[in-house]
Amino acid sequence: MKYLLLIYDNPETREAFFGEGADELMGEVDALLKELTESGELVGTQALADPSNTKTVRVRGGVPAITDGPFAEAKEQLGGYLIVDCESPERAAEIAARWPNARYCAMEVRPIMEEAGTEM
Amino acid sequence: MREDAHTEGLLRELAPQVLGVLVRRYGQFDACEDAVQEALLAAALQWPERGVPENPRGWLVTVASRRMTDQVRSEAARRRREETAAALVPADESVVPAANDESVPAEDDTLILLFMCCHPALSAASQVALTLRAVGGLRTAEIARAFLVPEATMAQRISRAKRGIKASGVPFRMPPETERADRLRVVLHVLYLIFNEGYTASSGPHLERGELTGEAIRLARALHRLLPDDGEVAGLLALILLTDARSPSRTRPDGALVPLAEQDRSRWDRGSIREGVALVTDVLSWAPIGPYQLQAAIAAVHDEAERAEDTDWPQILALYELLERISDNPMVTLNRAVAVAMVRGPRAGLDLLETLDADGRLTDHHRLDAVQAHLLEMAGEFAAARCCYRTAARRTTSLPEQRYLEARAARLAENEQNSAPPT
Repeated sequence: MKYLLLIYDNPETREAFFGEGADELMGEVDALLKELTESGELVGTQALADPSNTKTVRVRGGVPAITDGPFAEAKEQLGGYLIVDCESPERAAEIAARWPNARYCAMEVRPIMEEAGTEM
Repeated sequence: MREDAHTEGLLRELAPQVLGVLVRRYGQFDACEDAVQEALLAAALQWPERGVPENPRGWLVTVASRRMTDQVRSEAARRRREETAAALVPADESVVPAANDESVPAEDDTLILLFMCCHPALSAASQVALTLRAVGGLRTAEIARAFLVPEATMAQRISRAKRGIKASGVPFRMPPETERADRLRVVLHVLYLIFNEGYTASSGPHLERGELTGEAIRLARALHRLLPDDGEVAGLLALILLTDARSPSRTRPDGALVPLAEQDRSRWDRGSIREGVALVTDVLSWAPIGPYQLQAAIAAVHDEAERAEDTDWPQILALYELLERISDNPMVTLNRAVAVAMVRGPRAGLDLLETLDADGRLTDHHRLDAVQAHLLEMAGEFAAARCCYRTAARRTTSLPEQRYLEARAARLAENEQNSAPPT
């Protein structure tokens, strides 16, 4: 089962990741990614650019309107994601708990819909 | 094209045999498996063009052995370079060929490999991946495609599985008699998982996943040939044949799921049904009863009904009762509730579901809500049914299931509007 792990940032995480303990935190992230790669659970991961680079697109009455920035200034912002393929929701939550952002801000675990299904 | 398919089939057949010979000769499952993959790849490229060699098995063994010797040599050279300071190069068992024991029949090797790949120390995902590669002869890219993950991810999964086998130190031989039955259950479960992975996805944009059902049937057939006296092996083969027989009509061309009661039965595969029914009828007459046989028997009763309304529900109910007695699985109770409803009416089925609610193991499961919705619909309680369909649709993580459940809910909402008394 695949899960999308959303990595959330807030001013506190940003400070931590760019401040004194940054090397240690990056070390944690690297070790976790290495482990997930070796276990064959990691499907992909990406970091997102700062929210100020966001464009919001809306089409109303057939007319696209493109505005700069996210919809609202939020305290917690999406900073990146991982996709893992693992045995159970518990395992997905365990991975999320080990990502440093879980301590400073939050991680969100969302199951990814499957194409497969059984007749009822 | 034809030639390619022929080569492909032959290679998959030979893969476990060649691997068996290699492992007997060199003893390192891990490296041998890589060497065999390389040989298979070389054959897949060369044979369709230059023709299949006279002795294809021998060809593969020779090519794979050459890779092995190359690898052992470069490995030894590397180690020598690293250990220049050491006075003695330690004797390495892995460089010494094991006793040439190629008189062992190839069939036994396939069985040993199946046991090995389905070692209980490995995760289910690893067992499945390794079985498909080492016994099924599938390439990593194909397995990755079937499971919708990047090739690199699948490659990691396979090498981790191989490391797991190495660490567990299992020798290349049949598991001891005392463990055999338990180990065989794992093998059967892995084959069932492979089948299910392909079956539940045998439509829509991922047609190649359907290949997995074919592979599971092929491996189950091979296992049945090797262990004709095992009732559960026959039961599993019958079950997957009887289930696969329905695949032509279980989805609409757009991928939407069609429930059993609404399937076009004229499109079911008669050949598979005949074979499955014969297998299960035979096995039930002599083998100690087991869960796969019972599930196959239930599938046979469904498959033998000309029309949905001809289904022998009392028979299905009796089989579910038996199955429930030998396997403590709330899913079985859930299915029994459907049979109860068909025999004694929806109320009786709903009463049984309440015990499942109390049991707690299924409370968050969309299938419980889906069955409840169906039974409520049968009972004419449309508003409650609609609500349960919606809950089930929210809980499922399958797109086609969600679509089906939402459609059922929407249909009920329309009916309700149409039948509303005029104001």
